[in-house]
Amino acid sequence: MWRYILPGAVFLVLVGFLGAGLFRDPTLVPSPLIGKPAPAFSLPKVENAAETISLEQYKGRVFVLNVWGTWCVACRQEHEMLLAIAREGVVPLVGLNWKDDRTQAQAWLAQLGNPYDASAFDEEGRVGIDWGVYGAPETFLVDGNGQVLFKYISPMTREVWEKEFLPRIQTARQGATS
Amino acid sequence: MIAELGQFALVLAFCLCIPQAFFGLVGAHKGKVQWMLATRPAVAGQWVFTLLSFGCLAYSFYINDFSVLYVASNSNSALPTFYRFTAVWGAHEGSLLLWLLVTASWSVALAAFSKQLPLPFSSRVFGVLGIISAGFALFILTTSNPFERLIPAAVDGRDLNPLLQDFGLAVHPPILYTGWLGLSIPFAFAVATLIEGRLDVTWARWARPWTTLAWSFLTVGIALGSWWAYYELGWGGWWFWDPVENSSFMPWLLGTALFHSLAVTEKRGLFKSWTLLLAVSAFSLALLGGFLVRSGVLVSVHSFASDPNRGLFILGFLVICIGGSLGLYAWRAPSLRSNAGFAIVSRESFLLLNNVLLVAAAGLILVGTLYPLFLEALDMGRISVGPPYFATVFVIPMLPLVLLLAVGMHSSWKQARLESVKRPLLITFGIALVAGIAVPWIAYGTPGVLTVVGMVAGLWVVGSALIDPVSRLKSGHSLTPSILGMSVAHLGLGLFVIGVTGVESYKIERDLGLKPGETTNVAGYEFRFDSTRDFRGPNFDAVEGQVTISKDGKPVTVLHPQKRIYRVQTTPMTEAGIDASLGRDLFVALGEPLGQDAWSMRLQYKPLVRLIWGGCLVMAFGGLLAVSDRRHRVRVTKSADAPAASASASV
Repeated sequence: MWRYILPGAVFLVLVGFLGAGLFRDPTLVPSPLIGKPAPAFSLPKVENAAETISLEQYKGRVFVLNVWGTWCVACRQEHEMLLAIAREGVVPLVGLNWKDDRTQAQAWLAQLGNPYDASAFDEEGRVGIDWGVYGAPETFLVDGNGQVLFKYISPMTREVWEKEFLPRIQTARQGATS
Repeated sequence: MIAELGQFALVLAFCLCIPQAFFGLVGAHKGKVQWMLATRPAVAGQWVFTLLSFGCLAYSFYINDFSVLYVASNSNSALPTFYRFTAVWGAHEGSLLLWLLVTASWSVALAAFSKQLPLPFSSRVFGVLGIISAGFALFILTTSNPFERLIPAAVDGRDLNPLLQDFGLAVHPPILYTGWLGLSIPFAFAVATLIEGRLDVTWARWARPWTTLAWSFLTVGIALGSWWAYYELGWGGWWFWDPVENSSFMPWLLGTALFHSLAVTEKRGLFKSWTLLLAVSAFSLALLGGFLVRSGVLVSVHSFASDPNRGLFILGFLVICIGGSLGLYAWRAPSLRSNAGFAIVSRESFLLLNNVLLVAAAGLILVGTLYPLFLEALDMGRISVGPPYFATVFVIPMLPLVLLLAVGMHSSWKQARLESVKRPLLITFGIALVAGIAVPWIAYGTPGVLTVVGMVAGLWVVGSALIDPVSRLKSGHSLTPSILGMSVAHLGLGLFVIGVTGVESYKIERDLGLKPGETTNVAGYEFRFDSTRDFRGPNFDAVEGQVTISKDGKPVTVLHPQKRIYRVQTTPMTEAGIDASLGRDLFVALGEPLGQDAWSMRLQYKPLVRLIWGGCLVMAFGGLLAVSDRRHRVRVTKSADAPAASASASV
């Protein structure tokens, strides 16, 4: 008898998860990191394994941290937008190359263009865990005091950049100067 | 005014879904003939009003009515007329209206071609379809109205997403939706069977052609999506295991399992409850895919504007449709007993294995797709499941499936005597073995183990699929469309396997910077970057590169890849230059300007990539051939009109 009930039971469990997923919609629920100090990291650069990149180096500056990977389809989609942001040059973009292959990552940057100030090479995904990365792409905004101001999940768009990021960047800068 | 008319028509279509569902289900339950007779007119009316509503939206796009919010968000006066029409389904609201139209069209087609079904049964089928249509219509009206006005009207529209301004993607959604919504027909048949508690298997006979037809559309739809991704996204991959791709691929796998198991149920009266469960699950997975895409639960390239209210509505709808039908299954299925037996080596066994492997593949993909969601909900940390997982777990059930298929298609019911086909099978295997090693070796270079396995398996399936038609033609036996269809579909699968093996084993991708006049060599082809020039399209500006390709000093082709900027949304798009042929594709995509007229470029050599989509088209064609078989239709007539007299009726 139970084998006839099983499909329905599995479905009910699935509904539970889907419902939970709906209310924990990652693009809407703010990250627990917001308003907290950004997790420190120090990692080799994608571009050159001999150089390291760390949170320290960006102390005192407002910057954007973008999580990407060559395996991530949506990252390709947002890449042009990131290049545009880099050209506008409002804030430095720091890349977190997450669970990736260095050669492929370098080829990606060579082919599509490199919008990043530098990219940290997080091969094992440890730093990603510290930052609560759910999946690429994710984009964090960090202020001059090293506090996480905002987190955005899914590909960056012009609209999100202008509506969510730019105003916060401005307030952060005004707060710092006054 | 037109928009209001469209909305009004949509409300009327919704209103007609309700009597369709009510009279269909309750009328059959109470045995009231008059009520049951009302379902077909309700179906027809619902279809007419949905079509009218869809037409109104299309017309609003055609006349650039930017006082309609949806038109203003997804079109522009500079958009070419063809894309103005396809923009109707270019975003969430309009594509839902297309869902409704497609569902209504399947219903009305069924109403037209199922006059011979017993009235209570067909009423129940239309009742179930009415519930599905009502759910879609209510969803549109309450959360996603495409006819909402924008006051004051926009001066010009925000334009269609440039990704969608492409022929392949313009026709991909209607075909894909036709396929996966077509699975609602076997679903409705299965639910009606469960409601009636029918113990016989006639439903399987009726559902078979519809399932195969829907499956053929689904196959073409998925192939089109893959083809589009290949040339439009600009980096030459053909499948990405993206959640949205997965959500159309899982119903395809179950649909494939379903029409194989329907054959067993129809011919041998076996797997009765299993087939019902498959019919319910295939459409359930399609709906679940819709939920994943539209609710924003999983983030993907295809993400439509997500909104928790929409998610909640779809979730409720899923609970009613899937939960209801699985509950019904738990209640009714235990009474369905199969009493025939079969030997270990028989067509039944092979099809059972086919089902187990296909369902296992679908299950593994489902787990991979939902894995991030489970972990997130359980607070167990965060893990991403990428293409490496899918590529690995998918091959495990698929390889035995392909190998079993080569033998299984020649087995007969009850107990297979494979002796008669042993010789041709061994011969084709021998040829496949030699050709599978030699041909790639000579044409493309040293093969690896997986290359050999894939090539031999693919070639063997192709060869094996040809045995039956050839021997029948030789011996002068007639070749019915359904047998030919099966052979053709299996042949298509073989071609697909060869294509995938070829591309994945021998593709060459090179990313590099080139200055005008510089050349580079990829797989023996000389790529010379000549120049770039500015190009002005109807609604975009582009830089167009010219790359001349030659081999051994002889010119092969000149490609013109473009880097486009669409004016309204200022989105850059990569338009790859592709030289296609059966043996290989040459692919050039422009990257970024590197200064001094130099450009970064992606050059690719893709052997046999055309076989991937070609194989899919052949598969779908096989499906259509099988549907065209007159036996299906004659059988329906016979069994429905006079089940007892079926033996005496001649075909």
